[in-house]
Amino acid sequence: MGLPSKNWRLRNQRYRLVGEICEKCGTPIFPPRDVCPECEGPAQTPYVFSGRGEVYSYSTVYHPPAEFERYAPYTVALVRLEEGPMLTAQLTDVAPEEVYIGMPVEMVTRQLQTEGDEGVIAYGYKFRPLIR
Amino acid sequence: MRDVAVIGIGQTKVGEHWEKDLRHLALEALQAAMRDAEVERVDALYVGNMLSGELTGQEHLGALVADFAGLRGVEAVKVEAACGSGAAALRLGYVAVAGGLADVVLAVGVEKMTDATGPEATSALAMAADADHEVAHGLTFVALNALLMRRYMYEYGYKKEDFAPFTVNAHANGMNNPYAMFHTKVTPEAYAKARMIADPINLLDSSPVADGAAAVVLAPADWVRGSGKPVVRIAASAVATDAVALHDRRDPLALEGAALSAWRAYGQAGIRPEEVDLFELHDAFSIMAALSLEAAGFARRGEGVRLALDGEITLRGRIPIATMGGLKARGHPVGATGVYQVVEVVQQLRGEAGANQVPDARVGMAQNIGGSGATVITHILIRET
Repeated sequence: MGLPSKNWRLRNQRYRLVGEICEKCGTPIFPPRDVCPECEGPAQTPYVFSGRGEVYSYSTVYHPPAEFERYAPYTVALVRLEEGPMLTAQLTDVAPEEVYIGMPVEMVTRQLQTEGDEGVIAYGYKFRPLIR
Repeated sequence: MRDVAVIGIGQTKVGEHWEKDLRHLALEALQAAMRDAEVERVDALYVGNMLSGELTGQEHLGALVADFAGLRGVEAVKVEAACGSGAAALRLGYVAVAGGLADVVLAVGVEKMTDATGPEATSALAMAADADHEVAHGLTFVALNALLMRRYMYEYGYKKEDFAPFTVNAHANGMNNPYAMFHTKVTPEAYAKARMIADPINLLDSSPVADGAAAVVLAPADWVRGSGKPVVRIAASAVATDAVALHDRRDPLALEGAALSAWRAYGQAGIRPEEVDLFELHDAFSIMAALSLEAAGFARRGEGVRLALDGEITLRGRIPIATMGGLKARGHPVGATGVYQVVEVVQQLRGEAGANQVPDARVGMAQNIGGSGATVITHILIRET
């Protein structure tokens, strides 16, 4: 995941939750995939998601992959966006025992991963409890 | 299309093979299968493997294994479909023999995982998931299954300890399999106390990282009919796919790829789930066993765990699973697993399963899953009388 070109290519979806909307059936799509998963029609019109949603499921990772060892334990979740699609992200600003299924959350921008002291820092979306 | 039979099987013990590398593991299984089949040459070799490049720095396994097996010159390629690589290799062998392009084909699944550290193996296994949208957020393979298990418990009201029968059954069966990695009984109490890996999945929900290789020899069924040897025919071979990322599935708990693959297989074999005598399913995690039972029609939605609690998954139950230990106790050398499953089904159908023999087993099913449900390969084998 450390490739600078990849981080750059994914900037719109990672920084601003830019997905797509299907021109044919109106389905909002995230992550963007250019082909509608519902009707197989073309879907390249950008669509910005609100960043609000709720927790569909969650888990706390105690045994991370090598690249994430320094962050463990951390909590990951499937988040159902209010527009419909689901995505995978880390939860932040919340203790693992406070998370529950159905918890309202909102997107924030955080560091996803750093490569040591001198490497590239990858930023992207995480979700925190919704601040009303 | 010609009928295809499995005429030879071979396997190494699953475990930590410090003294053996990838090619020698493959060789051991392949030679055992060729001896069992009583063949000295094959027309093609398909090698199922997921992680040789990442964990041992070796790709190009088709030619490598062919060379070291004394089969230099033979058609040989490596096949990759994450944890479904083994059954994918077998599937290609089946296609070649059924289609008349080859007569005798070797399919071998091999994986060498223990040369890497735990975190390295965890990173490598995560490559079965979506790199940009799952793994980049710190997801591990265990975590993906944990998300499924948590939601399943929430929707159907199960407690963590309700999943214990899957682990208890697998380990009880592994005790009598000399090729299994673990020969230790697990009690529900031990399950309840096991160390957490990714909440709610603990160590005893999870299949182990391991080395191993398994192989089968395929040939036209007509070659062995009337030979006096048991004829084990591949009655179905079906592959189906689903979205790679869990969040892209229509219903994450439905395992639609597994259902599609299983029902295609039932259609090919012309049977219904009730006619299956044993089911070697992909119990990489307890939750996968539950979801697989539901997808393949052995339990209704939300009742896979209930089936296990009722004792119906044991050797004397309605649908015996993990009869030789499953991924949990036999072990899960990922790219080899799909071939181990079919080798074990053949053992059962030949009546060679020893203390774990399912009485009068005639129809056996094996289902190998790549990723969290994105590639699903089902084989149904039938013993002809």
